[in-house]
Amino acid sequence: MLEKRDMLEQQIPLSQKKLIVSHAPFFHNGSSITERSYHTMLAALPALFMGLYHYGIPALGVVCLSISSAIIWELVINLVTKRTITIGDGNAAWLGMLFAMLVPATMPWWAVITGTFIVIVIGKQIFGGIGSNAFHPVALALAMMMLSWGYLLDFDAALLNYDLEFATVYPLAAAKYYGAASTDAFNLTDLLMGRQLGGPGATFGLGLIIGGIYLMLRGFIRWEISLTFLAGIYLTATVFNLFNPAQFAPPAFHLLTGYTLIGAFFLATEDSSSPVNFVPMLIYGAAGGIMTVLIRNIGAWVDGVILAILVINLISPLLDKIRPPALGKVE
Amino acid sequence: MSAPAVMHYRTPIGHTEKGYIMIKKAFYGLSTPQLNYEILPPHLPPTEQLPAPQKITLYHPKDNDYKVPAALAIGDSVRTGQKLALYPDEKHYVISPISGRITALSPFTGDFGKNFAAITIARDDSEAVDETFRENIQTPSFELLSDYLVGAPGAPPLETLANSNGNIKTILIRGLDPDPMVDTSQYIAQSRMQDLKKGIHILKEVTSVQDVVLFTAGETVQGYGHIGARVAGVKTRYPAALPPMVMKDVLGQILPAGKTCEDLGVCFFSAEAVISIGSAFESGQVPTAKTLTFIKKDGTRKIFETCIGTPIRYILEAYGETVNEYDRIILGGPMTGSAIYALDHPVGPDTDAVIVVDRDKAAYASDYPCINCGECIRICPAKIQVNMLVRFLEANQYEEAADSYDLYSCIDCGLCSYVCVSKIPILQYIKLAKYELERAKTSEAANA
Repeated sequence: MLEKRDMLEQQIPLSQKKLIVSHAPFFHNGSSITERSYHTMLAALPALFMGLYHYGIPALGVVCLSISSAIIWELVINLVTKRTITIGDGNAAWLGMLFAMLVPATMPWWAVITGTFIVIVIGKQIFGGIGSNAFHPVALALAMMMLSWGYLLDFDAALLNYDLEFATVYPLAAAKYYGAASTDAFNLTDLLMGRQLGGPGATFGLGLIIGGIYLMLRGFIRWEISLTFLAGIYLTATVFNLFNPAQFAPPAFHLLTGYTLIGAFFLATEDSSSPVNFVPMLIYGAAGGIMTVLIRNIGAWVDGVILAILVINLISPLLDKIRPPALGKVE
Repeated sequence: MSAPAVMHYRTPIGHTEKGYIMIKKAFYGLSTPQLNYEILPPHLPPTEQLPAPQKITLYHPKDNDYKVPAALAIGDSVRTGQKLALYPDEKHYVISPISGRITALSPFTGDFGKNFAAITIARDDSEAVDETFRENIQTPSFELLSDYLVGAPGAPPLETLANSNGNIKTILIRGLDPDPMVDTSQYIAQSRMQDLKKGIHILKEVTSVQDVVLFTAGETVQGYGHIGARVAGVKTRYPAALPPMVMKDVLGQILPAGKTCEDLGVCFFSAEAVISIGSAFESGQVPTAKTLTFIKKDGTRKIFETCIGTPIRYILEAYGETVNEYDRIILGGPMTGSAIYALDHPVGPDTDAVIVVDRDKAAYASDYPCINCGECIRICPAKIQVNMLVRFLEANQYEEAADSYDLYSCIDCGLCSYVCVSKIPILQYIKLAKYELERAKTSEAANA
């Protein structure tokens, strides 16, 4: 009699609630990729708004087309490769926005769509998607565009028809081709306030600095990289300037022109292609800054940021070999 | 603006946002997220006692499949404090916390394939008490401890001590729970100091170990004068109370990767285990009341005593906590505990906490890849290159992970998973890798 009752008891009662079993830890600090993407976009908005103010509807068109086409490319790749749809994480939207911030406001539609194709498909998805790209997708795309359609990225030519209330000369081109004296035409306040020719999101120095400080404080980008990048530029430019003040522009000019600030805060700091350890981050940032000025001052290109970032992306895994020994490491 | 990481006693923990129960990261991300141990106030309320349920279940460890017939049968009557061994000459046993009849015997498989026999006992009104332990308490010996107290509340690691062949030189008593939010060890160490003192005395008497160290939160060290052991303080930030960190901070010994604390001659006891030993000799009865921290869905906490073997369902009903489909129930702390799948799962001698997590507040793992943000590396107390390690673990390359990426340096604290932006179940990968490597090693040894 007793046995029979026990047999019944061993069966799982119908009222048994199903519980979810998962592995420890059971708490999470609430961070997410979506949060990172959207806060990065938020931090970039002040700079972008200034660009929209100066360049108007064409710039808005480029931004919208760039963000939407980047999302569509991501979706297409998700569908073709039959993987999880990842457009919700905001990364594609952010990359599209960043691309638009760097190119001239007059870029033709086909070039924008081609550009975001390179960003998303070649820069990111071919490597395996988010986290796997060896290079910053936008830097890679811009480098490829520079080689393929250099005239599209020549700001002096592309923005020729704009009538702006400031000098419509791309500052870095002036410095490169007409010597340091030509930089006298640009005062630092104008450069800081975005009164210079350039990409719609890359010229407003103050906005970029505010966005960068926000991201550094929130921990979305690493100060080690951004600050050493800027320090590298400043110090190298100082050395050049001391060596030949007539030929090479002063360091403050280098800090506030071209892609310097957007590179320091938004390009060099990209998670996947930058190192994670403390000392490697310092070397990585400084190397980027030094390379940038070398390319600008003695290289063939007007702005060195994009190429310098691709170079430091390349050495990033190597740099990350410099690391503290693990606890109780047995040699 | 400060990190909302420090909780107050019996107040909600963390808060709900975006569906996660969590201690959120600080707004300023430059400061690393902190999980802090909470210091209990010096004057503690007396322990609540949950009356024994009608039916309890005890998990009797089983090494392998025995051929001999069981020494226990359904229908056997048992007395309170009676030693129950499944087979004659069996070294494992459980102590019945109630008197009644055995109503069921069934196999149970625990985590990592550990085998148990689940012995269910229904209470009756006989109130019969087993006196065999009391008859021997005048002459405390290590054998007596091993014979009766292995399954006592706090699970004294007497087997470890016995198997060490006298290698153990130091006993570390945990007066602070390894997990944040769990208050059991701290509470019991503070509120039962006499039993703790007696337990330490007996441990010193019956073992050759003379160096006994009680560690607790740094600020509370002064509270433990004349305890009969050295008292040391640890930091109040998780994972300072995990064994490898205590080894480092208290004893100044760095645990070499792949070694256990026992290899270095150190054995960890929970305060409750020592208190069980003390109170067993004080009262003449094997203690069976387990103290535990119960954390409800809304984050409120309660400390109470209940007898070992109490089904979780009974605790939930007693405290009016409703469990819905797909909720989670965790035995142990939020960082190192384990989830159970049935409400009939009993409280064990080492169950220091029961946490109920609502399905909407639970942290879900994702299949997103690592984005290389480096948060895990900055928080890892063992300085492991987690971003690289997880890539090898995801690809099942366990040996490479152990050889080149410090798998065995991991102290299993779970902080990497806690901060992971991609929500990768990193600790699960690490545990799996260690388990698989161990299994491969065992089968190689067997085939050699």
